[in-house]
Amino acid sequence: MEEHRDDIGSRMGMWIFIFTELLLFGGLFLVYAIYRADYSAEFHTAAHELNAFIGALNTVILLVSSATVAMAITAVQKENKKLALILVAITLLMALFFLVNKYFEWGHKIHLGIYPGSELLTKLERGELLFFGLYYFMTGLHGFHIVVGMILLTVVFFKIKSGAINAGSFVLLENGGLYWHLVDLIWIFLFPLLYLLT
Amino acid sequence: MENHEHEPHENHITSYTTLAKVLIGLLFLTFITVAVTGIHLGPLTVAVALIIACVKGGIVLTWFMHLKFELPVFRYMVLGVFLLFALIIIVTFFDYAFR
Repeated sequence: MEEHRDDIGSRMGMWIFIFTELLLFGGLFLVYAIYRADYSAEFHTAAHELNAFIGALNTVILLVSSATVAMAITAVQKENKKLALILVAITLLMALFFLVNKYFEWGHKIHLGIYPGSELLTKLERGELLFFGLYYFMTGLHGFHIVVGMILLTVVFFKIKSGAINAGSFVLLENGGLYWHLVDLIWIFLFPLLYLLT
Repeated sequence: MENHEHEPHENHITSYTTLAKVLIGLLFLTFITVAVTGIHLGPLTVAVALIIACVKGGIVLTWFMHLKFELPVFRYMVLGVFLLFALIIIVTFFDYAFR
């Protein structure tokens, strides 16, 4: 019996899911835009608290990881299994670096008493409170997507290893890659809006 | 693999060099963003940062997400979603401005 497969349909399903994700984050960007228009001075002050260096470092990390997962597809297509595995492993390692940076970044903020519901935060201006609320929610939701992406790419890693993903059938790798690029895409907008526009 | 002829995508292999060049371009644009926001151009800074972010997003969609080599319907769908989002922004800001 011939295997039933519809790679175009699989990718289209992934894209439709990605659209829902884009609109989810899009809504948050809209909230950010409105409050930024309302409390621009406070947003500027609050954004100074963020570490632009860690933000930039995490941008570089995500861009590199996006490139490596895209290269993994090329490697699978060229039947270079070993290289594909190395590239997916590098992507996962980069994702881990991102989370470690995020851990230190959040840890430092929490140490300073800036976290949702903290006593210090309630004493700040309303605009600053809103900025930190959005900062924690948006980077938190993005971080959650990093974790989901890591789980997905770990499954992909073992499927490449077992040969289930191969030069003739690699749509799962493509979809895992698409998800990972989405995570990168969202960060491309989060980074300048939260960290740089002080 | 009976539907192979309908899949222009499957036959396309993006070379490592192309992907490396795309990565270098994205890193360069990140550097530009950091540099531009360092010098204070007032409200223009936001515009420049957002335009560069859109260019970067476009590059990711085109090469990393393979839209360039996909069936046209994928590009139309993505375009449709971005138009929808633009419409949501416009309608919300109109509501907000004339309240």
